[in-house]
Amino acid sequence: MKFAVIVFPGSNCDMDLLWAVKDILGEEAEYVRHDADSLVGFDGVLIPGGFSYGDYLRCGAIARFSKVIQEVIRFADEGKPVFGTCNGFQILTEVGLLPGALLRNDSLHFVCRTVRLNVANNQTKFTSEYQKNEIIQLPVAHGEGKYYCDEVTLKQLKANQQIVFTYADENPNGSLENIAGIINEKGNVLGMMPHPERAVESLLGSNDGLIFFKSIIKNYGKVRANG
Amino acid sequence: MYDVKVYVTYKDSVLDPQGEAVKGAVHRLGVREIEEIRIGKYFEIKVRKTNRPIEIVIEEICDKLLANVNMETYRYEIREEV
Repeated sequence: MKFAVIVFPGSNCDMDLLWAVKDILGEEAEYVRHDADSLVGFDGVLIPGGFSYGDYLRCGAIARFSKVIQEVIRFADEGKPVFGTCNGFQILTEVGLLPGALLRNDSLHFVCRTVRLNVANNQTKFTSEYQKNEIIQLPVAHGEGKYYCDEVTLKQLKANQQIVFTYADENPNGSLENIAGIINEKGNVLGMMPHPERAVESLLGSNDGLIFFKSIIKNYGKVRANG
Repeated sequence: MYDVKVYVTYKDSVLDPQGEAVKGAVHRLGVREIEEIRIGKYFEIKVRKTNRPIEIVIEEICDKLLANVNMETYRYEIREEV
């Protein structure tokens, strides 16, 4: 499987993502710049954390107007997997590929620690290798990670099983309903505040993130075999 | 030419933790009359006159970029330079 790791001015978790899928999992992966006009040849898109365009205006607001985003939208419309972590999640909501928005943490503090997450939905292409309601540990590092949406959207998220990860005990940012990660209705675009790519070696404190990427790769194989 | 001022704030339904923190500081300052403080963003924009109505131009950039209408609301003032 060949992954594109999108790089915006200010991305700083791009190397972690490339390391996770290429060096640890042995898949193909390449950096793709914000001004690239094609994602032809790639099988999955990874949008990293960081501070795209300096977080000016709002986190992710300016990245939305990068040239490559038109291609990311096309890629997503074709049903191919798109994953955004942290600033990548913020960008996906700004683009409109995922509903809702990310607000300043209730505490006003930048939180940087490992949190416990509940796999609320393991029936997705990104989480199929986890057990339902499995508790996993992943790091978070963000100042604006409080998930917010209106009541109608929340009802839809629940009805369609789009809430994929929730904070298991401590909610680090005040997120609505402890939401840590959501997926689109079609099931091919997932955004989350925690960083699975920073938990792919036991040396890093947890390798619970490995299963996330393994799920994507395994399900891609299935798609190919069936197609 | 127009001079436009745009104010973007969180919707009333959205908690503004920055505003709450500043309100706390104001109270510690001893000014007890303050009931509420909400922090927003302020833009000063100069707009060239074209055939498009100025309101359309401003609302387009507000809806698409300056505000995230999921969580924010905006208002604006337009002054025509003579």
